[in-house]
Amino acid sequence: MFTKPIHTKLLYLVILAAALLLPWYVPDAYIFQIVIMSVLYAVAAAGMNLILGFTGQVTLAHGAFFGIGAYGVAIMTKAGISFWLALPVSALIAAFIGLLIGLPTLRTKGSYFAIVTLCFGVIVWIVSGNWVELTGGHNGIFGIPRPSPIPIPFFGELTFYTQTGMYYLAVAVLLLVLFALYRLVYSVFGLTFMAVRNNEPLADSVGINTYATKLVSFVAGNFIAGLAGGMYAAMMGAVSPSAAGYMLTFNFLIFVILGGMATLPGPVVGAFAIPVLMEFMQFLKDYRMLIFGALLIVVIIYFPMGLVGGLRRLNQKVAARRQQKLPESGHASR
Amino acid sequence: MDLFLQQVFNGIMFGSTYAIVALGLTLVMGILNIPNFAHGHLYMLGGYLLFFFASTIGLGYWLGLIVSVAAMGLVGVIMERIVYRPLNDQPHINAFIAAVGSLLFLESFALVVWGSQGLRIPNPYPQMIEIMGITTSIQRLLVILGAVLLIVGLHLFMKKTLLGATIEAVAQNREGAMLTGINVNRVSALTFAISAGTAAVAASLLSPIFMLSPSMGAILGMKAFVIVILGGMGSIPGAIFGGFLLGLIEALGGGYISAAYKDVFAFGALILILSIKPTGLFGRKEEV
Amino acid sequence: MLRVESVTKRFQGLVAVSDLSFEIIKGEILAIIGPNGAGKSTVFNLITGTLKPTSGRIFINELDITGARPHQVASKGISRTFQTTSLFDQLRVIDNLMLGYKWRTKLGFWNTLFHTPRWKAHQAETYQRAMETLDFLGLAEKHDQFVPALSQEEQKRLAIGIAMVCKPQILLLDEPTGGLIQEETDRVTDLIRRVREQGTTVCLIEHKMQMIMGLADRIVVLNYGEKISEGPPAEVKSDQAVIEAYLGGEVHA
Repeated sequence: MFTKPIHTKLLYLVILAAALLLPWYVPDAYIFQIVIMSVLYAVAAAGMNLILGFTGQVTLAHGAFFGIGAYGVAIMTKAGISFWLALPVSALIAAFIGLLIGLPTLRTKGSYFAIVTLCFGVIVWIVSGNWVELTGGHNGIFGIPRPSPIPIPFFGELTFYTQTGMYYLAVAVLLLVLFALYRLVYSVFGLTFMAVRNNEPLADSVGINTYATKLVSFVAGNFIAGLAGGMYAAMMGAVSPSAAGYMLTFNFLIFVILGGMATLPGPVVGAFAIPVLMEFMQFLKDYRMLIFGALLIVVIIYFPMGLVGGLRRLNQKVAARRQQKLPESGHASR
Repeated sequence: MDLFLQQVFNGIMFGSTYAIVALGLTLVMGILNIPNFAHGHLYMLGGYLLFFFASTIGLGYWLGLIVSVAAMGLVGVIMERIVYRPLNDQPHINAFIAAVGSLLFLESFALVVWGSQGLRIPNPYPQMIEIMGITTSIQRLLVILGAVLLIVGLHLFMKKTLLGATIEAVAQNREGAMLTGINVNRVSALTFAISAGTAAVAASLLSPIFMLSPSMGAILGMKAFVIVILGGMGSIPGAIFGGFLLGLIEALGGGYISAAYKDVFAFGALILILSIKPTGLFGRKEEV
Repeated sequence: MLRVESVTKRFQGLVAVSDLSFEIIKGEILAIIGPNGAGKSTVFNLITGTLKPTSGRIFINELDITGARPHQVASKGISRTFQTTSLFDQLRVIDNLMLGYKWRTKLGFWNTLFHTPRWKAHQAETYQRAMETLDFLGLAEKHDQFVPALSQEEQKRLAIGIAMVCKPQILLLDEPTGGLIQEETDRVTDLIRRVREQGTTVCLIEHKMQMIMGLADRIVVLNYGEKISEGPPAEVKSDQAVIEAYLGGEVHA
C-alpha cells in the first residue's frame, strides 16, 4: 500500500550507518556540538511537521513548547529528580499545555489559531524571562546535570558525560520519533491528518472528527517538541529564555519548509542542512535571516514541496519514464 | 488622582497608536483573509524611514514624515504584489508562511542597514505643558491628535469616496466585486498601501518619543492582531475601539498591577475570549 | 426513511428554504429539481448538518437529526457529494476511498502507533472495501494515481464512490453530472442505477430533465425555497406550476 522503491531504502541505510559511525570521524568538539544540536532540532522540526505539514495547522508556538520541555527538565533535574523521569514528564507537560491551548483555539479559523499560537509563544517567552523564582529570569538556569548513567547487565553502564554519549541518546530519540511518525503517517490514520489539511469540509462530511484530529496532531507535535527541549537542557547544561523564544519557532519553520513539508525526511534534512549552511555563512551573520526570510517566501511560492518534496517529485518523474519503457516494473512510490 | 490621570493619558496615547496600527491591519485582513504577520514590522520600517528621511537626508520632521509615509505606501504595494498575490489560490498556510518570511526579512533588513543599537529621532516638540494636572510633552499630544485626524480622514475616505466604497465592497465579497468589474488586484494593492502608510504615520508620531529598534514592531504587531481578532476582522470601529481599550488596560494594569507582565494582558485576554467566543468579540460568522 | 418536516432556513433577511416538507422513501431514486437559486443545495446542507434550520425538523428512520453536526449525520448513514466536485486532491484515488471508510473503523492513534492486531485487521478491511468500491466504480486500475490525473467524469465517479464506500443508507448527490457531455452523463446515470440496485436509496439534485425523467421514481420541485410540486415524473412534467416556474428559466433537455 505505501511501499518505497529499493534505492530509497538503500539510501536511508547508508545515512543511518553514517550517523551511527559519526563520533569516529567528526573533526572536533565544536562541530560535534552543532551536529548534536541539529539532531535535537530535527526532532522538534519533525514534531512541527506533523502539525503543520501533515495536518495543515500553522503553529507558531513550537519554540515555546520546546522551551517548556527544556525548563521542565532543567528545574526537575536541578531539584534532584532523575533525568529519565524528568524528560518524559516535561514532554507530557508540554503536551498537556498544548491540549489546554488547543482545546479552545482549534475550533476557530486557521488564521486565528496561528495568531493565538504566536501570542502564546510570546507569553511563554515573557514569562520565562520574568518569573525569576521559577526560571531564573533572563539569566536562566545553569548547572543542569547530565542524565544519570544507565546500568546494563554484563556491560557496565551507559554514561552520558561525553558528547558521544549525548549524541547517541539524541540519535536514539530521533529514530524513535521518526519511527513513531512513520507508523502514524503511513496509515489510514495518517491519511486523516492529510484529509484535514487538504479539504476540511469534505473530511467533515466523511465522518472524520476534524477537531479531534487537529487536536491529536497538535498535542503529539508538542510532546515531541517538549522531548527535544528536555534533551537540549541536559545537553547544554543551561537554559535561558532564548530556548523558548519565537526565533526558535521561526528556525523550526525554516527547517520544515525548506527541507520539505509533509515529508518525513524533510525536517531532518532542513535541521541539518540549514545550521550547516548558517555556519558557513558566518561572515554573513546578520544577513542570514535576511536571506532565509526571502528564501522562505520564494520557496513557499515556487517550491512549496521543499527540498525533499522536490527530490521526490523528480524521483517519480524518473520512475514514470522508466515504467513507460518496462511495463512490468515498478513499486508504487509514495 | 494625578497618577491616575497621568496613566489614563498615557493609555490614550498608546491607545491611539494601537488604534491606527490595528486599523491598517484590519483593512488588510478584511480584504485578504490572511494575517499579515509582518504588519508590526511595517510599523518598524516606517519609523526607520522617518529617521532616514528626516535625519540622515535632513528633510526635517514634517517633510520626512510625508516622504516616509509615501515610501511605506510603496512598500505595501510591493509586498502585496510579490508576497501575497502569487499565493491567492494556494492553501492558506502557504500565505502564513510567506508572511513569516516577510517578517524575518524586514527585521533583518533593519538590523543590517541600521544596526541593533537604538536610534533616536530628534523630538521636534519636546516642550512640556500641563493640562488638567497632567504633565506631557507636546509630541505626546500630537500622537493623539494625529491619530484622531487620521481616523477621521480614513473614515471619510471609506464612506464618502468611490475608492473607499470599492475597498469595502471587496472586503465584503471578493468574488462578487470581481463580477461587477472591480479590479480586485488593484484594490488589494491600494489597501496594502493604506495599511502600510497608516502604520508609518503611527510610527512617525510615536518614535520621536521612544527609541527605534528593529524588534520594536514585533510585539506591537501581535497586539494589533489581538485587537483585530477581538474587534472583528475588517471592522474599523472594532479596531479603533479595541486599540484605545487595550492602551488603557495596559497603562492602568501596568501602573497598578505589574509592569513586566503588561504585555501578557493582551495575549491572555485573546486566548480567554477566543475560548468563549471562537468568532471573536464582534465576529458575525455563519456556520462553517 | 428520511423525513423533512416544515423546515425553514433564513439568512439575515433572505429566506432560502421556506416551510419545506417532503420524504425520501426507502429504495427509491428521488430527484430534487428547480430553477437556479431555488434552495436545492441548501436542503442538502440542512440535512447533512452543515447548516442548521431556522425552524422545522429532520428525521432519519424517525430519529431526530435536526441540527446534528456533519460527522454525526454521516454516522447515521447519510452520505453526500458536493456540487463542485470535492475530493482530496493532494492524495491518491485509493486514499480518498479509504478515508471515506475510516470512520467505521477503530483505526485511531494508539492502535496505529502500536500496530495492534486490531489495527492490522481494520487496515486490511479498509483497503479491501476501498478496492471493492473502486471495482464497482470502474476505477480499479487507477487506484494509486493522484486525483488530478483523473478525467472530470472519473473524478465525479470517485466523488460518488467516497460517499458510497461506507455503505450509506441514503446517498445525496448534488449535480452528479454537472459539466459532463452526454456520453459521460449516461455512464454516471448507469452508475446511479446500479447504486440503487445494490440497496442504497438515492436523492439527487439535477438540472438535466431528460436524465431525470428516465432515472427518478419521484420528483420534488422547488422554486424560491418552496415546494411547488411532488410526484412521479409524468405527473410533475405536466404540472402547471412547474411549467410556469421553468418558463423563462433554463430547461436542459
